[in-house]
Parts: sequence; structure tokens; C-alpha cells
Amino acid sequence: MGISIELEVNGASVSKEVEPRLLLAHLLREELGLTGTKIGCDTSQCGSCTILLDGQAVKSCTVLAVQADGSEITTIEGLANGEYHPVQQAFWDNHGLQCGFCTPGMIISCVDLLSTNPQPSEDEIRHGLEGNLCRCTGYHNIVRAVQDAAETMNG
Amino acid sequence: MYPSKFDYHRPSSVQEAVQILSDNPDAKVLAGGHSLIPVMKLRLAAPAALVDIGRIDALQGISRSNGSLSIGACVTYNEIANSADVQAAAPLLAEAAGQIGDRQVRYRGTIGGNLSHADPASDLPAAALALDATLHVTGASGSRSVSASDFFVDLMMTALQPDEILTSVEIAAAAAGTGSAYVKFEHPASGYALCGAAAVVTRGAGGSCTGASLCFNGVASTAVSASGVASSLVGSDLSDDAIVSAVSGLSIPDATGDMFASAGYRQELAKSIGIQALLTARDRA
Repeated sequence: MGISIELEVNGASVSKEVEPRLLLAHLLREELGLTGTKIGCDTSQCGSCTILLDGQAVKSCTVLAVQADGSEITTIEGLANGEYHPVQQAFWDNHGLQCGFCTPGMIISCVDLLSTNPQPSEDEIRHGLEGNLCRCTGYHNIVRAVQDAAETMNG
Repeated sequence: MYPSKFDYHRPSSVQEAVQILSDNPDAKVLAGGHSLIPVMKLRLAAPAALVDIGRIDALQGISRSNGSLSIGACVTYNEIANSADVQAAAPLLAEAAGQIGDRQVRYRGTIGGNLSHADPASDLPAAALALDATLHVTGASGSRSVSASDFFVDLMMTALQPDEILTSVEIAAAAAGTGSAYVKFEHPASGYALCGAAAVVTRGAGGSCTGASLCFNGVASTAVSASGVASSLVGSDLSDDAIVSAVSGLSIPDATGDMFASAGYRQELAKSIGIQALLTARDRA
């Protein structure tokens, strides 16, 4: 049984008929071709599937596509606006990644963190990113990237 | 991982939701989905239908009136942790909600889903017990209220009937002279409580303890109340010695062990964290 849903994904309207069990992560990756969003642990722990759902960072492997009906979604593909988003640029400048697998989710979480706390302390950054696992960097350069992005965004 | 197939219902009222539950005995209620969807993906649960209550207006929102706080079942951990009303009237609940999972989980997980799921390692059950919360539920045959102490029946089992939905949680606003604290020793990977202690103490005009509560998550098959500790604190001066002495006799007879920690270890953790929670609660009173 298909359910009709309507979403706004990265500013574009999307109408789809989906199976109720379709996960939002799979809708984005497989139906809409937005493979920037990764599926890592698939058990709501690693955060690599993090996207913005109505402005809040959520793990799209643990949301049904039907639950997102009527929502606005931003994925990593929707962040740049002609030029990189300050958080993307800061990850580039500070080498906040190695293999890159966690990076889309990590960047989305950082955008969410800075939207609620524009000047986080190092402790608040580490605490705020506890839902995103990185197995390469040891997090140090990620923290530097967030501090750098905060500085840029606060002008 | 995909869940098994299921029918999806999105009722717009509580009445409609309980009617669907009553017509579909194998249906489950979906709120934030952060406990249910993972177990469905692992095929540990395969309900024939989901009743998505996430869009029901009556289950949203936090209100405060006549000295009591009412929290809709679909209010998220993030909303609770950041609500000025909850921070003022039931700071213990805000503190516990702010420690659940991670940022992303707190945007989705709900108080109603948490308490109805009744995972003893989660953070809200002990807080609800310690605050003596009243849980309002509605079923096909009407509405009733259940105290938190009667709600948690066993491991992931509550007093909810199959056609009932938890609709709101009511908590009496903290009396003057009350302090509280939630202290958690968490599993480093999952963030779930190996032991979490929720403490509430109230000091009378003379400074002595007029009311106390100490409850634990993660130690037994449900959240448990250490009523012996609480009753031995009442009347005391809440000094360090009084608190340590009251907790030293703590025994949780149905403490359970698992692959992460033995029952004995959890008992000792409960004492240690229980003391920390009571000391902090006292300092805030």
C-alpha cells in the first residue's frame, strides 16, 4: 500500500508514493539520488545519516519517510549556496576529515549546533557532537573546524 | 535494514487513535520512533500496523497551572530539557531529559514514548517515579490516571492496556526548599544508564529534611524507588554523614546483571551514584 507524501528537499518540492516502511535515509539516497547522506551503523548511533528535518538535526535512518510528510529537509547537497557553507569551508580549511564518510552528517550536526549555540565552548562542541562518530580524526580537527566556522559566521 | 511490512495510520485525534488500536490488536503506537523503529529494523518487533500519533495536537505542548505541570505525550526530550516551565517546576525532569541519547535523538524522542516503552536503562522512568508523576491514559473505554509507581510493571511492560495511549504526564511543581539531581553512570558506547539516580529532597523552615525520594534506572527490570533511604532521611539534617549513612544500607533485592555489569556491581554503583545525587540535590535545595 503506497502512501502519498510531499516534502521540500533542499528547496525543491518532492511528491512521492512510498511504502510505509521506507526509511527517510533510503528515500533520500535511493529514490532522490542524494547519496551525500550516508548510512553507517543503521542503528541510530553513528550519525552519518544526519539531515536537517524542519531545521533540526535528526538521524534519517530512524525516521520513516511517511513521518517526514510535509516537512522541509536539508541534506549536505543543499548547504552550499554558490559557495561552500561556512561549516563546509571550515572543515576543508582545518582538515576536519580524513576518509570523509562521517563528514556529511558531522557537518549537518555542526550547522544545527551553531544555529542554537553560535559561540560554543570546546566542551559544548564535543558534547554537541556526541551523536556523530568519526573513526579517523580523533575529533581534534573537527572541533577546530567548528570553532573556525563559529568565528566566520559571527563575523 | 528494513522493517517488516506494516499498515500505516495517522489519526488526527486521540479518540481516532485508540479506535484504530482497538480494531487492530497487533498495532503499535508510533511517536518519535527512536525506540520502536530500531527494534523493527532489527526485526525484534514486527507489528502489523503502526498508529502514528505524532500529529495529534492534543498530545503536544507543556502547560503550567495551579502548581502543576502538564506535559503532552509527544513533547520531545529537547523541548523538555529546554523548557523554562519544566526547569522551574520540575528541574529533575529537564536534567534527565537533557542526558538522554544525543542531540539528534533528543529532537525526536518523546516523553510518552519513553515511559510507555519502559526501558529500565533509559533516563526518564526514575525521574517520573521520584517526582511522583501522574500519567494520564486514554483507551477505547475511557480515560484514567495511573501513578508512576503503578505504571512500570516489569521489563518493558507497563500498566497500559493494548488499546490505551499515554496522553500526558502531570507533575506537581516543586515545593519551596526542594532540590533535585539526576546523576548517571552511562555505558560509554550506548549512553544508556548502567545506573542512573534521581534524587529529590525538601528542607523545612528549620533546615531539616521534610521529604525525600531516591529512585534508580538501570539496576532492576523497572525503575525502582529506594523508599528505605528516603524514609531514613526525613527528619535528618541532610548532612554528608546523614546522606552517606542513609544510603549505606541500600539494597535493591531484584537488581539484575547483564553482559556489561553484574547485579552486585550495579548495587554498588547505585550506592555511589545515589550519594552523589542526594548531595547535589541537597546543595540545590
